[in-house]
Amino acid sequence: MARIQTNQTQGAVTRYEEAFAQFERDHSAPAWLQAKRREAIATFSRLGFPTVRDEEWKYTDITPAANLVATPIFQFELNGAAAKVRTQLPFQALEGHRLAFVNGHFAPDLSHVGTLPEGVEVRPLSEALAAGSERVQQAFGRSVNGEETFVALNTAFAQDGAFIFVPADVELAEAVHLLFLTTGDSATVSHPRNLILLGQNAKLTVVESYSASTDGVYLTNAVTEIESGAGAHLEHIKAQLESPKAFHISTTQVGAARDSQLRSSSLNLGGRIVRNNPIAVMQGENAEVTLDGLVLTDNEQLIDNHTTMDHAEPHCASHELYAHVLNDKSVGVFNGKIFVRLDAQKTDAKQSNRTILLSGDATINAKPQLEILADDVRCTHGATIGQLDENAQFYLQARGIPAREARSILIRAFAGEVLASITLDAVRDEMEERISNKLQ
Amino acid sequence: MDFSAPLCVCLKHKIMLLEIKNLHANIDGKEILRGINLTINPGEVHAIMGPNGSGKSTLAAVLAGRDGYEVTEGEVLFDGKELLELAPEERAAEGLFLAFQYPVEIPGVNTQVFLRAAVNGIRKYHGQPEMDALSFLKLIKAKTKLVNLDESFLKRSVNENFSGGEKKKAEIFQMALLEPKVAILDETDSGLDIDALKVVSGGVNALKTPENATVVITHYQRLLDYIVPDFVHILYKGQIVRSGGKELALELEENGYDPITAQFSEA
Repeated sequence: MARIQTNQTQGAVTRYEEAFAQFERDHSAPAWLQAKRREAIATFSRLGFPTVRDEEWKYTDITPAANLVATPIFQFELNGAAAKVRTQLPFQALEGHRLAFVNGHFAPDLSHVGTLPEGVEVRPLSEALAAGSERVQQAFGRSVNGEETFVALNTAFAQDGAFIFVPADVELAEAVHLLFLTTGDSATVSHPRNLILLGQNAKLTVVESYSASTDGVYLTNAVTEIESGAGAHLEHIKAQLESPKAFHISTTQVGAARDSQLRSSSLNLGGRIVRNNPIAVMQGENAEVTLDGLVLTDNEQLIDNHTTMDHAEPHCASHELYAHVLNDKSVGVFNGKIFVRLDAQKTDAKQSNRTILLSGDATINAKPQLEILADDVRCTHGATIGQLDENAQFYLQARGIPAREARSILIRAFAGEVLASITLDAVRDEMEERISNKLQ
Repeated sequence: MDFSAPLCVCLKHKIMLLEIKNLHANIDGKEILRGINLTINPGEVHAIMGPNGSGKSTLAAVLAGRDGYEVTEGEVLFDGKELLELAPEERAAEGLFLAFQYPVEIPGVNTQVFLRAAVNGIRKYHGQPEMDALSFLKLIKAKTKLVNLDESFLKRSVNENFSGGEKKKAEIFQMALLEPKVAILDETDSGLDIDALKVVSGGVNALKTPENATVVITHYQRLLDYIVPDFVHILYKGQIVRSGGKELALELEENGYDPITAQFSEA
């Protein structure tokens, strides 16, 4: 059924179509990618931007992000600015490899990749494309839903991001940090695209961070595709630390093969309007997937997490813990889908969504959404909404801890439930510090 | 006691630690404290006894600054300062300590981090520099011995999954760490077996100096065998209806609260 485009964002769709024409003219791509891009822009044109009348976007009016008039940046070089932004990068204490992207484009000056085990690839997607990587050609767009507007838009304009390949039985001991930074005073749009492929029993820890050296308005529309082989291990952290005026939309697609153990934590402190779609598909027996999330908002921030746990095969376990701390007039949205397919017997799915409202004007819209077709499964879900524990607050104050600090201690303890599972000390420590600073 | 006026002013600054004058307080519009008068000097141990619902815990809560109580009349001077004007953390920093009847479990907050925040919060209030991690660790390790607490509790979350005895010991440990001028022990004996009671009261007695004072709030006389009071006050229906020496507690032990409640119910 064709959707009737609302007038509100019709102009924006046309702008993207025009930008695409220019993009295609000026930036050639391999034929297979060109075909994918054309298909994607056609899909985007057909779908248009969602409105609050769409069930999936009921609580999040994305119109301001859609209508952002931005100069497309199809090419960007930091040149002399690298030294200036270097001090503003997140997770500088994190040891390991780093691929940095500024305004959507690879920034070699801010990147460093150390010695890698044989067969491992950690490189910008643009480079892998230029080198005619067959792995990229085969896997690019394979697992994501191309019929989702923002995925389609990303696919149409995707130029760069990270490509990581860890072959079978190889463990990458040091973490890989994928750093996405937005700079400059003018409004920009970037479409980071990451592709992460893990072979059988491969092991990887990867951190995606999204931040800015500007406090201006811009849009990040990111897609990360992760595929795993049997028995693979992954720890994935996505730290969304965008500017207070930024729009951030992301899809993180995780494919969990047999016996794999994959954990993805989405940490959200930044952004004005944010929508994350973490999606995990359990494609083999005995896979275990964790999707955790932390949301800390103030002022008029809106952060929307639509998670999907898709149990396609039997004997898989999934865990979900989302913690929201909402202040001022901010809004949190949590929609947690759990699909248990007909064959997915012995599924064990747990979902927990906890919210602390620090202000009477803050709002949480929380909805578990379970669709269970198998009959021998265990699925639990729970949601709590409350205020900070007054007794605990008084207890801390009665021991000489000032009210504001007592509050901060309690909020950090609440957030700590999500942070506790992060094994990278540098990331956990910096997130705790960022949370403290935000609560000041 | 009858002092001439100038001498009284002089002594007030030097001697009285806590002076409660005609204190009235409400919860949800209901008057719970109905004119409490009490003066506490350095070196003294006071016991406040009374049947359930007499206002004992309310008195402790109002003094410590808990929300939800409305003081309608009276004043409280703490070492010469208007106590009721201060936030709970300022009262703590000035040297008031409340050992909670029900110490609060705070999951996710490490005990050591909590204690350091408390010590440094109070140091900051007095314009002193924060204590570094190493000196702090030395300090707390020395104090854990006082109440026979295993040091491992420092690594646990505040009071989480502590036994009743551990919770009360931890309260006394905090008291040892913060060295208050006035410690109010709210039903510290409740939920304690005799061994824990001995350890807890031993800790309280060890912390006693000629400069500080202790207020023991209790329903039962038992605790007063171990923490011997200089004065015993009986609280009933929000007022102190009798005061005396430690023998008053023994009288209660023998006859119960009935003779007193009977006398004042008629009035």
